[in-house]
Amino acid sequence: MSDLSKYKIKQLSIFSENKPGRLAAVSKAFMEEKINILAFSIAEGAGYGVIRVIVDKPEKGLEKLQQVGFMVRFTDVMAVEMQDRPGGLYELTKMLSEAGVNVEYAYGYRNKPCAVLIIRVEDVDIGIEKVLAHGAKLLDADHFQLDSCNK
Amino acid sequence: MVAGLLVVWNPKVEFMPQQELDELQLKLLKTMVYRLYNFSIFYKERMKAANVTPDDIHTLADVTKLPFMTKKDLREFYPDRLFTVPRREIVRYHASSGTTGKPTIVAYTRSDIEMWSESLARALSSIGLGPDDVVQVANTYGLFTGGLGFHYAAEKIGAAVVPASTGNTERQIQMIQDLGVTAMAATPSYMMYLGEVADKMGVSIKDTTLKYGLLGAEPWSDKMRDRIQEWLGVTGINCFGASELSGPLWSECDHQCGIHIWRDICLLEIIDPDTGEQVGPGERGEMVLTMLQKEAFPIVRYRMGDITTMETEKCACGRTHPRISRITGRVDDMLIIRGINVFPSQVEYCLHTNPEVGNEFQILVDRKGYMDEMMVKVELKPEAFTDNIIELNALRERIGSRLKSSLNVGAKVELVAPGTLPRFEGKAKRVVDRREI
Repeated sequence: MSDLSKYKIKQLSIFSENKPGRLAAVSKAFMEEKINILAFSIAEGAGYGVIRVIVDKPEKGLEKLQQVGFMVRFTDVMAVEMQDRPGGLYELTKMLSEAGVNVEYAYGYRNKPCAVLIIRVEDVDIGIEKVLAHGAKLLDADHFQLDSCNK
Repeated sequence: MVAGLLVVWNPKVEFMPQQELDELQLKLLKTMVYRLYNFSIFYKERMKAANVTPDDIHTLADVTKLPFMTKKDLREFYPDRLFTVPRREIVRYHASSGTTGKPTIVAYTRSDIEMWSESLARALSSIGLGPDDVVQVANTYGLFTGGLGFHYAAEKIGAAVVPASTGNTERQIQMIQDLGVTAMAATPSYMMYLGEVADKMGVSIKDTTLKYGLLGAEPWSDKMRDRIQEWLGVTGINCFGASELSGPLWSECDHQCGIHIWRDICLLEIIDPDTGEQVGPGERGEMVLTMLQKEAFPIVRYRMGDITTMETEKCACGRTHPRISRITGRVDDMLIIRGINVFPSQVEYCLHTNPEVGNEFQILVDRKGYMDEMMVKVELKPEAFTDNIIELNALRERIGSRLKSSLNVGAKVELVAPGTLPRFEGKAKRVVDRREI
């Protein structure tokens, strides 16, 4: 079981008021710390949003964002690899449905030669177990600490 | 009795010469003080503390010997410890917003209801309303005094009442047309809103029978009156009252030059809010009212918090009672949102019941179209921050519905990050009122 925890990816969830300049402030903070953003999404609330980011140095990112005044926390997600071709997402989501995994939210990015879907589920441990049992390929946390551009 | 073409409801009192009014008012004041001193523990203690007894009241000027009463007293003695009649004599309760979580409860004897409607009956007659009129009451019926206050007064003068209450504007317009409504009691902003809805329906209010707007419960301006009169062809009559006093009690006459405050019902003073000293006619200050004939819930030198001026000259209509000009502001931070009094302290109190948000808050008030909109910004605590948008939105809605049930008026809630709202050293300025009235 313990080795499965390496598949838990620390996503940064950042509370942001819905006004100009907030997103720039977040990305500036990352730039200053030479933190690379690998995947990114914004969820819109009512008058506010939650910015969700996967970065190469999550601990440092959290510290820096708190320093510049953001309300930020880690959320465990998983990163599932899928084929970068028509039908790739379908195969993955079909597998998720067969595995009985209910997705709270998800966002994808392209990571040649494959594509990756970041998935948040209610219980990430159970989620990881289920998708692995269905033969999915999960990326581990170490993967994101490398500069993925050079992979 | 007829003055010009208008029927005067109580000509003996309304046209009473000053000297007789002085005598009448002094007699009523003495009686009230005597009664309170001897039959109310609260008032007796208050008067003792102020070193005054009924024997000290010789002239009307002696009213200043009596201590002031404030909204704080009403809160402190909630719900009924300021009532001075046995419970069985109470025939009605109303409630208004308090300054914190608890409302202010007002009680009435049969005679209190009678005086309340007598006062407003004189007012409605003074603009020319009578048995030929149909009065649509678009104020809220219920714990708020606006609805039933106009209802009783309009029935008293023999007018037909349409107890429409608030909302359902299209139906309100339909009834104005179908029932030949001639006067409507509402907030001025609702009157404007109704005009807008009528326009959209293709109805011109100008072409209907509606001729009078009995408008009050919120601040408004001569500019707004001009607009209502020109656009809707409705004479805008400024009305005034408060639940602590009974409810809506007074209005302007058809000369529209200030609100007549009946001296046999109320002793009006204008004071300098800082020194507590009376100021002269025409000088701006805080309104202080003593209700001379209330039984269940006496009101003595009650500081209203409203800023206005008093005019003591006889009105062109012949009425001898003093008039107050438009309310131009407040001495405290009370807001009036869609006719409902809101104290920032109520918002603060309500927010305290939500552990997910901090103690800082900001109230933003705007006028969208003709209606007031209130937004409350609160800081989400870091430990309550979650990645789950559904939970955050649910929190926002929960706070919103708590605010609504405690303020009686809806407020939008916006969650902001901790530390982002302005901090204050000394007196906090938590309200940003951007309304142009």
